[in-house]
Amino acid sequence: MAEKMNQTQNFLKGIVKENPVFVMLLGMCPTLGVTSSAFNGLGMGVATLFVLLMSNIVVSLVKSQIPSKVRIPAFIIIIASFVTIVEMVLEAFIPFLYEQLGIFIPLIVVNCLILGRAEAFASKNNLMSSILDALGMGLGFVIALTMLGAVREILGSGSLFELKFVSENANTFILFILPPGAFIALAYLTVLFNKISIKTS
Amino acid sequence: MDYIIILIAAVFVNNIVLSQFLGICPFLGVSNKVSTSVGMSGAVLFVMTIATMATYLLHQYILVPAGLDYLRTITFILVIAALVQMVEIILKKVSPPLYQALGVFLPLITTNCAVLGVAILALGLEGGSLLKAVFFAVANSIGFALALIVFASIREYLELANIPKGMKGVPINLLVAGLLSLAFLGFTGLV
Repeated sequence: MAEKMNQTQNFLKGIVKENPVFVMLLGMCPTLGVTSSAFNGLGMGVATLFVLLMSNIVVSLVKSQIPSKVRIPAFIIIIASFVTIVEMVLEAFIPFLYEQLGIFIPLIVVNCLILGRAEAFASKNNLMSSILDALGMGLGFVIALTMLGAVREILGSGSLFELKFVSENANTFILFILPPGAFIALAYLTVLFNKISIKTS
Repeated sequence: MDYIIILIAAVFVNNIVLSQFLGICPFLGVSNKVSTSVGMSGAVLFVMTIATMATYLLHQYILVPAGLDYLRTITFILVIAALVQMVEIILKKVSPPLYQALGVFLPLITTNCAVLGVAILALGLEGGSLLKAVFFAVANSIGFALALIVFASIREYLELANIPKGMKGVPINLLVAGLLSLAFLGFTGLV
């Protein structure tokens, strides 16, 4: 029972209590860079979730084989391989998203969230916990990016997932799809998130 | 003329931090004091220039002729990681005080997306040459330094300000970064 409890907590911690974006401030570059629309945020989130999950699985499986002195370069190679796979798959099957995300796809490799989980969690825990940890953290990342993307898209272009709900020539708050809007929207979302997590805990 | 445009574009118009969102981690993490942000900027200038030179040559003379372009991400990050390690060893030997100040942040440069980002962006420059790629890297690290140092000096003043409880820490920093980015938006259309 206690074991099961632990696993649930292990999964849930990434979504609220240790949310990678709002609480731990990891992976800020893609968070700010690609969230000009909800769809882009979701796409980036899912790509990162995939890489995080695969790298956590592999790192957890081979952790005893890697000498601790070269573990960071080894982790980076594992992560970079999966990023290359994502890059090729996106280019072949979703070229639209590939173009939108641009430079931020190869940059998944330097997302501190992924290396951070490999180093702090997967290299010390068994396969099952590492998978749950990756899913929780990854989902937390997906939720944060989609939320930020949605807020910016609603305010900046008056639409959500490309579905326009204002008339064609309405004045929207364009600032929010420009770079400054990313910082400002994230600032207020963080305040909101802090408020909610303080209340629940 | 080309080079002047690259410089102005990289420093002001497409500032690497404030409009391209590369290198946000050190931008938010190492900016609480002007002195440390100067050191960090120096380290980034150094690593970014050498890294771009190395990756450009690697791409041009090994990856492209051998048709291994798809290995770009893996090889680039390895070269950068090795370079950072080297810089760390050299600094430890040559300038212990600087190493003391930057020791913690040097490993962070490996996962600084600005370095990898500039190395990749430099491949796509119009009429690219090695000189142009290196110049692009230098211009971008000046842009990084400008953003970081300006941000750090604002943050030093923020410590004295009376900030609402909920906004303390990260939110107010992000908000300041947003306003700074808004200021840089004014350079749009300069080149």
